[in-house]
Amino acid sequence: MTDHSPYRRIVSKLSRTLDLFRGTIPVLRKEAIHIRRDPMALFVTVLIPIIQMFTIGFAIDTNVRDTRTVLYDGAHTQESRRLIDRFVNSDDFIIVADVESEQALNDEIVAGRASVGIHIPADYSRRLLSGQTASFLVLVDGSDSSVASQSLNVANAIALRESLEKSLPVTAVSRSLPVEARPKILFNPDSRSANFLIPGMLAVLIQIMTVMLTALAIVRERERGTLEQLYMTPVKPLGLMIGKIIPYAIVAYAELSIMLFFMRWVFKIPISGSLTLLLLLVVPFLITMLGLGLLISTRAQSQQEAMQAAFGTMLPSIFLSGYIFPIDTMPLFFRGVSAILPTTYLIEIFRGIILRGAGIDALWKQTLILSIMGLVLITLSALRFRKRTS
Amino acid sequence: MSAINTDQLTVKFGDFTAVDRVSLSVEPGEIYGFLGPNGSGKTTLIKALCGLIKPAAGSGEVLGFDCARDADQIRERVGYMSQNFSLYQDLTVSENIDFYAGIYGLRGEHLRKRKADAIAMTHLDPYLDRRAGRLSGGWKQRLALACAFIHQPGLLFLDEPTAGIDPVARRDLWDLLFQLSGEGVTFFVTTHYMDEAERCGRVGYIYLSRLIANGPPEELKRIPAVSPPGTRRLEIVTNSTSSALAAIKRQPYAISATIFGQSIHLLMDRSISTERVEADLRKEGFESLQTREINPSLEDVFVTLTDSLKEERLD
Ligand SMILES: Nc1ncnc2c1ncn2[C@@H]1O[C@H](COP(=O)(O)OP(=O)(O)O)[C@@H](O)[C@H]1O
Ligand SMILES: [Mg+2]
Repeated sequence: MTDHSPYRRIVSKLSRTLDLFRGTIPVLRKEAIHIRRDPMALFVTVLIPIIQMFTIGFAIDTNVRDTRTVLYDGAHTQESRRLIDRFVNSDDFIIVADVESEQALNDEIVAGRASVGIHIPADYSRRLLSGQTASFLVLVDGSDSSVASQSLNVANAIALRESLEKSLPVTAVSRSLPVEARPKILFNPDSRSANFLIPGMLAVLIQIMTVMLTALAIVRERERGTLEQLYMTPVKPLGLMIGKIIPYAIVAYAELSIMLFFMRWVFKIPISGSLTLLLLLVVPFLITMLGLGLLISTRAQSQQEAMQAAFGTMLPSIFLSGYIFPIDTMPLFFRGVSAILPTTYLIEIFRGIILRGAGIDALWKQTLILSIMGLVLITLSALRFRKRTS
Repeated sequence: MSAINTDQLTVKFGDFTAVDRVSLSVEPGEIYGFLGPNGSGKTTLIKALCGLIKPAAGSGEVLGFDCARDADQIRERVGYMSQNFSLYQDLTVSENIDFYAGIYGLRGEHLRKRKADAIAMTHLDPYLDRRAGRLSGGWKQRLALACAFIHQPGLLFLDEPTAGIDPVARRDLWDLLFQLSGEGVTFFVTTHYMDEAERCGRVGYIYLSRLIANGPPEELKRIPAVSPPGTRRLEIVTNSTSSALAAIKRQPYAISATIFGQSIHLLMDRSISTERVEADLRKEGFESLQTREINPSLEDVFVTLTDSLKEERLD
């Protein structure tokens, strides 16, 4: 006897849908036991990104302050001393050596003991007082571009200020200049590079951890032959995938929370926007990365191969996502690549919420793109899984 | 209805044919022994039967389900033990059983009962909390069997279940198979051991992807290709087996001769006496001869059949 009541139909449809996820719970439980059984592995997995966060985080403060400067004052006059004071007072320079020849000045820079050399020629004051253009020489070690450009900027500004003060009538000596640019940098008031880099770093670290964990979890089973055994059971690809993913998604989430904590309290980067929103918008990214890890696992035959593939996906995410190099200055091709990297969008979301206090109204586009990417990747890996199982 | 029935089943990996037109059937409650050298296609056939690999041609039915179409139904109803130990080494015996029980959807009272049965059957109770990786080979196989049997399948595929375990554990495992088979469970077992094959109800021998023998051991020993009319078999033990083999093969009455362990099996003209053979060998300088007439073993059967196939290929 068949019962065609709508209730029955719904139940049978539901059970058929549920059957697609067959095995989720046992796989999830088993995976949780694996994690519990190897607390050292878990500890290392969680610890490594945090160590990276600390090492990179403290190393990347690329702001130029106290640039080591060598001085050759050939004039030894009141004017030259005033000029030197301007440099010293700017905070950007610290005089580490006083030399008495051009050669010695050069040597200090070549030897790496200083990155900037200031040479005030003997005729500096004479030319200045006689109304001619007085010049002083600024030697910059160009091997560190950020030091070089900032030193030049400051040196030019100092020269300009000196010139203006000299060319204006001394009577107008309220010592204030007619025009002064006063840049105010929004959202990152100290222009700290750490504020800019750490949110991006979180995205990258979360990515490598998630991709690696999921890829390894499956490949390990393939290597040990347990996957072959599983394929012979009624476990469904989706059940296997989701059961595998959930524990690692939880680990990744916990990791992100720990890193956000350190970001706030150790690196002193406040979260201007909503923490809840941030944690919510990470979800599509995590799904994307879990899908990527699964995709790698369907290809890789050994854990070694899986690691290599995971690192392979990391490189573009580090260099082309805007984490280190601004996307705007990239050649068109690389801008195209960065547009298809999920990391690009998560970094935009992180920086948006953490630095600018952006809300969903400003970030919905990135969220939508990430959600689509996540859906595509998960579907793709599910399909590849299905092909392997049947 | 047969438990397994294949008709010209063929499996290919690219251009390579791993299983070539295999037709066999396995009856319910029987233990079918499947033999063949490494790489001859045993595992591949099992995978095809469970629907893991689609056949390139031919068809197969397992418990009445088509293995190309109804993989889901088949996997629900059969148990499979892969040729390498493939349970989770860091999970305990009990956790491994629970995992497989979970996958087959066992729950509540039913689960408890099935688990208790599986444990009682395999005598695993003292090791329930031990990590699977710390079990010895024989106990690992028992655990694997318990997991493969947890959902009470009517048919079990065991891929080289006794490879690499000690003789006592091997015997114990086979005793267990016989016990279950007595309860109506069907087994499809691959093995390299002739003594195991001799105990099977029926055996198949696959060689270079082709099934070249199929039937009860006693029947196979009687097939004409193995024991042609007018021939008999002698087992010869001598001091120098390999050089004696060459000497024996030179005799005009020798049809074929093969080394089996420490002895030589000689297939020869039945009209020649044993004394004549011994005398000929003494003449060639071989000592301490022991000869006796034997029935062909299964190994004789397989060796003869593969030899004739090799000759066929050369022609
Ligand atoms: N996935 C595969 N892709 C290509 N060749 C395979 C694959 N699996 C098995 N083979 C080949 O098929 C042949 C039969 O393998 P297999 O069934 O494992 O042999 P057996 O179990 O009898 O030792 C071997 O030559 C093996 O290399
Ligand atoms: Mg095999």
